[in-house]
This record gives sequence, structure tokens and C-alpha cells, in this order.
Amino acid sequence: MNSKRPVNLDLGKFHFPLPAITSILHRISGIIIFVGVAFLLYGLDLSLSGEDGFNRVSGLLDSFLAKLIIWGILSALLYHLVAGIKHLLMDMGIGEELESGRLAAKATIVVSVILIILAGVWVW
Amino acid sequence: MVNSVTNLGRSGVYDWLIQRVTAYALALYTVFMLGFMVFNDVNYETWTALFGQTWFKIFSLLALLSLGAHAWVGLWTVTTDYIKATLPRFLFQAGCGLVMFVYLVWGIQILWGL
Repeated sequence: MNSKRPVNLDLGKFHFPLPAITSILHRISGIIIFVGVAFLLYGLDLSLSGEDGFNRVSGLLDSFLAKLIIWGILSALLYHLVAGIKHLLMDMGIGEELESGRLAAKATIVVSVILIILAGVWVW
Repeated sequence: MVNSVTNLGRSGVYDWLIQRVTAYALALYTVFMLGFMVFNDVNYETWTALFGQTWFKIFSLLALLSLGAHAWVGLWTVTTDYIKATLPRFLFQAGCGLVMFVYLVWGIQILWGL
């Protein structure tokens, strides 16, 4: 490899096409879900421990912070689900070309934004 | 090829398959749970009735096992991309593996109340 070729690894100067952004968001949302599962398991454990525990979870979910955490986890989950379905469609050969890939990336963003807004309405 | 000792299926093709199969299970479980919570009046009775049924416990355990395998393949991919030094990557992956193990045992305890 020619060692004198120019190298620009300044991420701030990179131009990321939309499919690259949906891909990195898929990764980030996956990590958020992985951490979020701890909150969900905690809530599930408490809610199934008895009627008092269930009411405590209901009470916790009245607080703004808990709603924000749940909305955050739901957002990551919904995005990861939508982007994941796009992957499964690509396994079937749908959306693999440059143009259809860009369209699929746009659809991923649009559908998940709508679902995330709906999830926010549902949580509050 | 040194990295492949830590991947789940010992080969990219197996990892790909594991990722896909678990993705279908997790997608089904997610859609079911969201549907249940959005379209039902969730209270203590309906909630415990759902988690009291054997088929739903099995479905939940399937989702939990899928989560572990799915997260392992995903986090393995992410860590091998971004953490180039072997020791920090190994430690991070080991930490993720421990968290998955804790999730699994915790989840089984919640479902079957051991």
C-alpha cells in the first residue's frame, strides 16, 4: 500500500450517507437496549412480586424521570426493530441496490420517528 | 482470524444465522408485549395472569435466551470494530457476557420464582 497517500480520519469532516447513519444508529440503539433490559427486568421483577410491587411500579411510572427512561428505552427498541426488519428484508434481496437502499434508509427513519412519537404520546 | 475464538458460532455464517433466528424471536416477543400493553387494560390481575401461563413463560424464556445470543453477536461485532487492543476488548466482552448471564438467571428467577 502506498504510505504517502493522504489520510483523513477526521470523523467530523466525513460525509455520512443516510444508510451509514441508520446503520450506526442501529448499533447505538442495540447498546441502549442492552443496558435498558436491566431497568425492564427490575420493573418486571417488582411488578410480579405482588400487588404492592405492581402498584409501586405504577407509582414509579408516574414520575417524569421514569417516563423519560421508559420512552428512551422504547425509542431505542422501536428504532432497532424497524432497522432490524429492514435488515431481514435485505436478507430476502429487497433494498440492496444503491437507490432502493437509500429509500429503505429514509423509510427506516420516517417509520421509526412516527413510532417514537406515538410511544411518547402513549407514555405520557 | 484471532478474533474468531470469541465469536458465538465460531464462524461468520453461524453468527449471521444466530443473529437472524434470534431477531425473529425477539421481534415477535416485542410486538406481542407492546400489543398486549397498548390494547389491554393492564392491571395486576391481567399482568400476573399473562405471566402465570406456561406458554408465555416459555415464550419469555425463548426471548431471554435469544436476547443473550443476539446481544453477544451484536456486541461482539461492535467491540471487534472499535476496540482494537486485545486486552480491553476481551475485558469488555467478558463484562458483556457476565451481564447477559445475570439477565438470564434473573429472568428465570422472575418467571419461575425460584
